[in-house]
Amino acid sequence: MNVVVLLKQTPDTESVIRIAGDGQSILTNDLKWIINPYDEFAVEAALRLKEKHGGTVTIVSWGPQRVVESIRTALAMGADTGVLIDDPALEGSDSLGVAKALAAGVKELNADVVVCGSRAVDYDLAQRGPMVAELLGWPHLALAVSLESDGTKVTAERPIEGGKVTLEADLPALITLGGSHAVWNPRYASLPGIMKAKKKPLAVKKLADLGLDDTQCSAQAAKIKMVSFEMPPQRAAGRIIEGEDGAAKARELVRALHEEAKVI
Amino acid sequence: MSKCVCVVTEFRGGNFRRVSYEVASEGKRIADALGASLCAVAIGSGVSGSAADLGRYGVKKVYVADDPALESYVAETYVPVVADIVKQCDPAVVILSASVDGKDLGARLAARLDAALAMDCTQVVCDGGRLKARRPVFAGKCFAWCEWAEGALPIISCRPNVMDCMLPSEGDQAEVEKVEAVIPAAKSRVLGLDLDTSGKVELTEAEIIISGGRGMKGPENYAMLEELAQVLGAAVGASRAAVDAGWRPHSDQVGQTGKVVNPNLYIAAGISGAIQHLAGMGSSKFIAAVNKDSEAPIFTKADYGVVEDLFNFLPLFTEEVRKLKATCS
Repeated sequence: MNVVVLLKQTPDTESVIRIAGDGQSILTNDLKWIINPYDEFAVEAALRLKEKHGGTVTIVSWGPQRVVESIRTALAMGADTGVLIDDPALEGSDSLGVAKALAAGVKELNADVVVCGSRAVDYDLAQRGPMVAELLGWPHLALAVSLESDGTKVTAERPIEGGKVTLEADLPALITLGGSHAVWNPRYASLPGIMKAKKKPLAVKKLADLGLDDTQCSAQAAKIKMVSFEMPPQRAAGRIIEGEDGAAKARELVRALHEEAKVI
Repeated sequence: MSKCVCVVTEFRGGNFRRVSYEVASEGKRIADALGASLCAVAIGSGVSGSAADLGRYGVKKVYVADDPALESYVAETYVPVVADIVKQCDPAVVILSASVDGKDLGARLAARLDAALAMDCTQVVCDGGRLKARRPVFAGKCFAWCEWAEGALPIISCRPNVMDCMLPSEGDQAEVEKVEAVIPAAKSRVLGLDLDTSGKVELTEAEIIISGGRGMKGPENYAMLEELAQVLGAAVGASRAAVDAGWRPHSDQVGQTGKVVNPNLYIAAGISGAIQHLAGMGSSKFIAAVNKDSEAPIFTKADYGVVEDLFNFLPLFTEEVRKLKATCS
């Protein structure tokens, strides 16, 4: 079974996000970069499929050279090969432009299963998986919190508002992962894994290598742009509820929530 | 004649979901600003009977795709049907909910129509006939304003619980047009649906959330939060620490790698307030925090802070809420 993971590098979730002086971008100079946590779950899910069915796990990512480190981390976890689509034209591309590049990358790999995070913790666009599936003409199962395969189909559970759906798709199929660290428990790279990862193949491609150009994937081709950024309104400093004991504080909190905030 | 504004509704268990009325209301506001009329897509099994009622929310015309094969949401079947309707009504903008299914449908629909989706928006403005949408990024640590290129079809998904629902104008009916849905042979399907019948309130749609963190000390102590939740009609959430410890299911996790919530009231119990957690609940209208550590970062975000041992405080608080409810009802 050939499994492809679409992996994005994102700032660490502990990062403090700051806006550039012109308000048009996020400052990236002192950010720590990690594998998007949901994509890390995808790496784990892919490795489990490989352990059961054999085959290969290929990491497909995009972005500048700093992304190589994240791909190597995934290779150290146990993935076999990596592809980085590093093309300046992709900078400023919208979700559909990125999805076109990724779909073209996947097409070259004879994949049975593509897995990726349901969203990335940076811009929360949550579009890449369903878009790639549409471009490939594949079925996709979204927001999976479990993933099983018998080699011809995949089944996944998907939480919905007030319940859970169990879904099945014939291969080839794309699955986007939801859940959390507690659900997927992604493995750490072992020391031998890290040593081996250094020698694993990692191809760097341009759009032209994938039969694409900047009329499909670029800032000019983008149909939607994030034109400005702003911080959320600062919450006014609240107050500490005073009282002689817990019971008095409980009374005062209930009063405040009922009479001032009017929320209970 | 101006193009219409098209809203995509959600039908489940014989009813339109509340988010459908939110997007219809937002659609009406946008339609009025653009001087356009409002149309809607009603898709599902057995949806015909209720479709005309969307008129109460300002919808002039509803395109109805009613087919047993559309009983449950499957991207492969829903997306082509919605795409065909959108092509037929040729709208200026498509609006849907950023619900679990809506997020998925919106993304695949955008690829199919070669359109551009602004996901999970919290505000839409119409500036001289051009749309701009505001959406949280980095799980709400920051907001981005999105604009569309000339000639692009904007698709906007609206975050649940944010857009004001208009008062329905009883008796107003929408014109209904039945669509012969061409449903493709799908390579994916629903095997089972497991609905929670316990009456538990869904986190992302809850008006009040009570979350417990590391300070809860163990899974057994969440009974205290469940009890309070029941009195308040609230949902129970958890911090990543509590979920990682296996105390609570992942579906309860609030934060950057969990759910982003925006209730009227968020009560944080024994949660210190790590930046990833604050990102997930910082847009709550009111925040109350209980923590015995007066230096906990959560207090910098809380409207009301209580420095107390939560095991002492919560039962007292629950009792006071009970008294209030007894006098109000």
